[in-house]
Amino acid sequence: MKTINLKLKIWRQSGPEDKGHFMDFNATNISTDMSFLEMLDVVNSDLIKQNKEPIEFDHDCREGICGTCSLVINGSAHGPELGTTTCQLHMRKFNDNDTVYIEPFRAKAFPVIKDLVVDRSAFDRIIAAGGFISVNTGSAQDANAIPVAKEKADLSFAAATCIGCGACVASCKNASASLFVAAKMAHLNLLPQGQPEKENRALAMVAQMDQEGFGSCTNTGVCSAACPKEISLETIAQMNRTFLQASLGNRPPTKLSEGGF
Amino acid sequence: MLQKYCFFKSTIGRKQLVALTGLILSLFVLTHMAGNLLILVSPQKYNEYAHSLVSNPFLELIEWVLLFALVSHFIIAMKLQINNFKAKPQAYARSGQGKKGTDPVSQTMAIQGLLILVFIVLHLITFKYGTSYEVNYGTGPMRDLHRLVVEVFHNPIYVGWYLVALVVLGLHLKHGVKSLFQTLGFNHPKYQCALQVFALLYAIVVSCGFIIQPIYVYFIFQN
Repeated sequence: MKTINLKLKIWRQSGPEDKGHFMDFNATNISTDMSFLEMLDVVNSDLIKQNKEPIEFDHDCREGICGTCSLVINGSAHGPELGTTTCQLHMRKFNDNDTVYIEPFRAKAFPVIKDLVVDRSAFDRIIAAGGFISVNTGSAQDANAIPVAKEKADLSFAAATCIGCGACVASCKNASASLFVAAKMAHLNLLPQGQPEKENRALAMVAQMDQEGFGSCTNTGVCSAACPKEISLETIAQMNRTFLQASLGNRPPTKLSEGGF
Repeated sequence: MLQKYCFFKSTIGRKQLVALTGLILSLFVLTHMAGNLLILVSPQKYNEYAHSLVSNPFLELIEWVLLFALVSHFIIAMKLQINNFKAKPQAYARSGQGKKGTDPVSQTMAIQGLLILVFIVLHLITFKYGTSYEVNYGTGPMRDLHRLVVEVFHNPIYVGWYLVALVVLGLHLKHGVKSLFQTLGFNHPKYQCALQVFALLYAIVVSCGFIIQPIYVYFIFQN
């Protein structure tokens, strides 16, 4: 089994109000078969043995589908590899004696809770603003009652692969949430079920995105490169198009309709 | 509720205004560049073209439209930029590598914009409001702009400064033209590649076309 040693510079911050600083750690005898999070587990178990406070970081499924793990590794969200999350990043991608900077996702809308853990609930509020479709409850509709073109279904599915991890925000120089919002909008707007609320959805989600303090998109494309699900920039253009269309033609919600939107 | 959905207050709405005003300005620089190339034909053609522009009754209206586009492009973009600084209060210790790193051209659009604004002000002072020589080709007196251009571009400092500013204009157009399509909602696998090539060519043609004038006057043109 090949092992490597690393010098880690990890962001420590005791709470939201703390200024925070980098702290040096040595990760020794790290198997190259480990994932990045397993490497941090090893560092943490050493800290616990020494009666020191372990480093806080987010993780859950550890198989790249839940969107919980985060981290900016050497300046790149989810590390240097394309199309992977931090939990899918293997230590064989690093060399012996490398220095690795580990920082939390940085954005005003993602305040640090502790160490490497950030509060991404801004995303939940954007979804609550319009990232849903309204359906009647009761017995399920017949399958295939609503025809959906295969191409549209595929595009919608590609957008729906967004796991809401926030790497797009973290990697954007403006901390813009455009790729996330655009992916969620494309996912619903491309399907027949998303049509009735399409315009209101665009206006409401964009308004919430702005209110949360995310920056604006300057089309650098780094979000799409950092996205573990490789969501395309095309979704952002679709969002811009829908937003413009909605701004030109939408009628403001009346008191009657305010129940839903 | 209505306030919340205001187009002019949303980041996307503002960006679309920057894109539209940018579109007006980029069309202007293309025509300006094409007119300048008349210097390669003859001083008379150059002056006659300039004269036909200033004697056009619609010129004043066009100038106001351009001024309005420029001022709003600048103010809205700067507001967005300030908002973006606030959204990302702290930078990372390291910058991302490869595709996960930001391309320096798109990262410095605001600085490029500021430099171009300074350039435009100085450029208007030098030429539009500069010394007005007179010439007569037999059709009545007109401004001898060509003489002023030759005078200015025999100064190596001016030539150097114009080269810097025009290269920056080219970079600004390279990102700007590509970006304006995306912001207005044009991005499709059918034509995305063509749009990117078009933006690059547009930037190169405008920038190089402008650069020809000071270079030609300084190195080739003899009185």
